[in-house]
Order: sequence, then C-alpha cells, then structure tokens
Amino acid sequence: MIEFREVTFVQPTGVKALDSVSLTIGDGEKVAIVGENGAGKTTLVKHITGLLKPTSGTVLVDGVETSQMSTAQLSKKVGVAFQNPDHQLFSESVEEEVAFGLRNFGFSQELISSRTDWSLKFFGLEEYRKSSPLILSGGEKKRLTLACILSWDPQVIVLDEPTVGQDSIQKEKLAGTIGMLASSGKTVVVISHDIEFLWPMQPRVVIMKSGRVIMDGPAPQVMLEKDVLESARVAQPEMVSFYAAIRDRPKSPFVDPLEAARWLGVMKPR
Amino acid sequence: MPPLLEIGKFSFRYADSTKWAVRDFDFAAGEGEVVVLAGPSGCGKSTLLRAVNGLIPHMYTGEYSGSVKVAGREVASTPMRELAQMVGFLFQNPENQIFMFSVERDVAFGLENLGVRREEMRQRVDEAMRLLGVTELARRAPHELSDGQKQRVALAGVLAMRPKLVILDEPTSLLDPMTASELVSAVDRIRKEISATFLVVEHRLDLLVRIADRLVVMSDGRKVLDGRPAEVLSDGDAEAYGVAVPAMTRLENALLSDGVKLPGNLLSPEELAREVNSRTR
Repeated sequence: MIEFREVTFVQPTGVKALDSVSLTIGDGEKVAIVGENGAGKTTLVKHITGLLKPTSGTVLVDGVETSQMSTAQLSKKVGVAFQNPDHQLFSESVEEEVAFGLRNFGFSQELISSRTDWSLKFFGLEEYRKSSPLILSGGEKKRLTLACILSWDPQVIVLDEPTVGQDSIQKEKLAGTIGMLASSGKTVVVISHDIEFLWPMQPRVVIMKSGRVIMDGPAPQVMLEKDVLESARVAQPEMVSFYAAIRDRPKSPFVDPLEAARWLGVMKPR
Repeated sequence: MPPLLEIGKFSFRYADSTKWAVRDFDFAAGEGEVVVLAGPSGCGKSTLLRAVNGLIPHMYTGEYSGSVKVAGREVASTPMRELAQMVGFLFQNPENQIFMFSVERDVAFGLENLGVRREEMRQRVDEAMRLLGVTELARRAPHELSDGQKQRVALAGVLAMRPKLVILDEPTSLLDPMTASELVSAVDRIRKEISATFLVVEHRLDLLVRIADRLVVMSDGRKVLDGRPAEVLSDGDAEAYGVAVPAMTRLENALLSDGVKLPGNLLSPEELAREVNSRTR
C-alpha cells in the first residue's frame, strides 16, 4: 500500500513539481498515471521509490514513511523500471545484470540462478544471456529492466513508459504480466502516454496536470470525461471516442474491438 | 526519375554475429513519400536505418551484400560527410541530439560543421525554425523547453541540412498524445512543402497511418508486408508480425469480414460512428 498525504515537492529551481498531492494506492491495484510531459508523473513515482523526499507532506510505503527508510531498504519493496533503461543497466552481461540485484539483496546462489533463468526466459532474453546489455535494442533493454525487477519479487512495481520500443506482441505480454501481478496482490503503477495500451487493461486512472491530481477513478469513468482529458492533453482511447459518438450503446464503453463488433452485429439492420 | 531510396537485395551480418540482421531486402521509395517501417523488436529495423544513413558499412563492420542507394548514390561508397547532408536522422530522445546554449545555435550546429556561408546559414536556420514553428524559441536555452518543443528543435536541426531523406526513429514515443499528434501533423505539412522523403520507425501506428503512404513490415531481417497502410493493416498477418493494428482498424476489419460495407478505410472513431448511426436510424 502506498499513501501520499498532502505531498508537495519544490525543485531547487523553485518550480512546484508536486502540489499537495493526496493519493492512496492499495495492494492488488493497477494504476495508470497519465498527463502531459512535465505534469509531475515521474516526480510522483520518485517519491514512492524514495529517490525524492517531499518538501512537505508524507509518503508512506506499507505504513512506513519513506523519509525514515534508506533507498536500499525501499528498493527491496519497490521495484522501478525507469523511462530510460540506460540509467539502470551497467553489468557486463545480461545474466549478470539480473543476478546483480539478487546478490545485493543476499539471495542464495541457488535462488539467484533459478530466478535469473526464470526471468530471462519470461522476457524472451535467454539468447542474450552472455551478451553485453549494451548491444540490446531499446525495447530489449526495457524488458531487461523488467526482468531484473521481477526477479526479486518486490511488493510494489513501478513502470515508467514501459511500452516504448515494444512491438504489439510484447505489449500484449506486458499487459498480461501487469494483470497477473495485480491479481496476485502486487501494487502496479504504470506511467504511460500510450493510452491504447492502457485502455484494455482497464486500470484505475490518475490524471495529473501541473503537479496536481485533477482526476482519479476507474478507466471507463475517467476516459469518458473528454474535457478533463483535453485540459490535461491526454488522448481519449479510440474505443471510447467511438462509443461516445454512437447513438445506441451499451452501459459502459467497449473494452476491445471484438466486443464492439459483437454489439454492432446485434444492431445491424436485417 | 529514379526512386529517392533504392534498396536491392541488401543483406547484412554484424562482424560479431552468426545471424543475418537483414536478409535480401528489396525496397524503393519516391520523393515526398512517408514510409512507416514496423515489425517486432530485433527484426532488423535499426540495421536497415543504419544502412541508409551510412553507419553501415562506414562505422559498423560486417558482411555486406546488395545495394543501398540514396538519390542515385551508393551509400557504401559515399563519404559520411556527404551522406550527412543527404540523410537526416531524428533520434527517439531529443536529449541525444540537442546540446547548444540556444535553440538557433542548435539548429545551426550541423551547418556550422559543414562551414556553410553565414548568410545561407541564417536563411536555412530561419526556414527550418519556421517549418517546425519554433521561431519564437530561437533565443531560448534548449534545456528549458518542453519535450515536444525539444523534439521539434531537434527536427529543425535535421531539416536545416536540407536532407533528401529524413529518418525518424520512434519520434513520438516519449511525447504525450497531443504533442505527438502535433508532431505528426508537422511532418505531414513539411513533406508537402519541401518534398523530402520520410522513413519512420514507429510502434504506435494510430497517429501515423493517417499520413503515411506506405507501411512496410519486417520480420526476422526480411520484408514480409509492403503496401498502403489500409491494405497492410487489414492483412490478417500484420498482427502476427507484431504490428500494433490500431483498435479502430481492428473494428473495421471485423465489420468488413462480417460483410458490412464501409465508405473507406482507416476511418476515425467519429467517422465510423456516423456510419453506424446512419445504419441504425
């Protein structure tokens, strides 16, 4: 569980990057944080990982204030995949990259090797295990950061723009993984501009603008608020725009095209 | 007129690899075309881009066969200095290519390096800033700009070189949807104005398919699909190759296969909704 209580963060330049944000995210929730570039999304998640401490207000992870914990203590609870994977990859080989974190947390050699095997296999990186992370493509580096994080099984998983460089097969797999993690009781926080990726996952959606949370609710409800989305420069998912524009429609927006096609099949004049 | 970009039976294998990164690739694109290149990660897209801008074979060594020509010139035998004026490259992250103290100095950087005359440089920089709508930012420091503005400044720097071919590598992936959509509109406007050919690698197709002339899909180093975006996206194989077929296009495809007649392809959500409303009146 993550709790933000009236959190304000002022950058050294004087810019208020977070402006009295209050937000509670429970175990087993998948939350999408959306908003334009510079809205404060990354600053917000840096408070969960303890990389930043609030100027005022408090952030609690599992009931403990982040200002009372070291970054090392927090990182065992919170796994984060940054937007730019080059900021967190530095080992000589792909397998060593995964093993590094596990070793740091003091796992046994046996666990280190079984978890490294599992996570490289899961993210389709086995063929590169002896290669340098530097030769991987952008999308593969992203997957490697995920493999690293999931290997030590943190309670909170934070993904900053995880779909960049990923093809649709990988994206679908990623969406499946996020769903699986949430249903096994993990807290998953995803920052993404990729609305079409977020929509089928039906997450709770938090919209940020100028350091504030301006809307927070289930995807079907939030994504119908066109004016709010526009003011935050967030696009409406295509399925929602379509749903909003048809005359005869079901109670809530279509999650995917097949659902819409089935409904339209019913509507087709005979 | 010969095609602006002409690739014939091109294959490449990196010196340290046993696998062909690109294999028997044939392709041609004309002046002013916008071509989107898609396919799963690791399919050879980046290798192909490097072969077009000359990093292959000038920087990366390996086994090279076939031919890659830009504006009729063989890339492998054209010096990098000349290629840099023919082929522009916009990286995914603008931070990787803007670093001067002011926007206009940044836009001028490539030209300064080439020793272009002062008056001509002024003219080209002004034109590039106008094309991207960043003229009013000329004296600002690039690090103070928003991500969308940085991306436009970086593209202005690329266009100031007056390239015949512009490569965009996932240009919208770090931009919010509205900013991304503005960049795509800018590309559409520019290609008409300066008739440059754009080769765009992108996974997010919803925005680009509306301005693209062609969609080329690669898999395992080979070209597997090539055609107008509507054709390629309605091909059942596109998804199997990892192409993110936009949700609306998938709905369209489902309706078409159900025998529903539609007035066109790649309709926007609003257009498709109008169609549905008129049928159920």
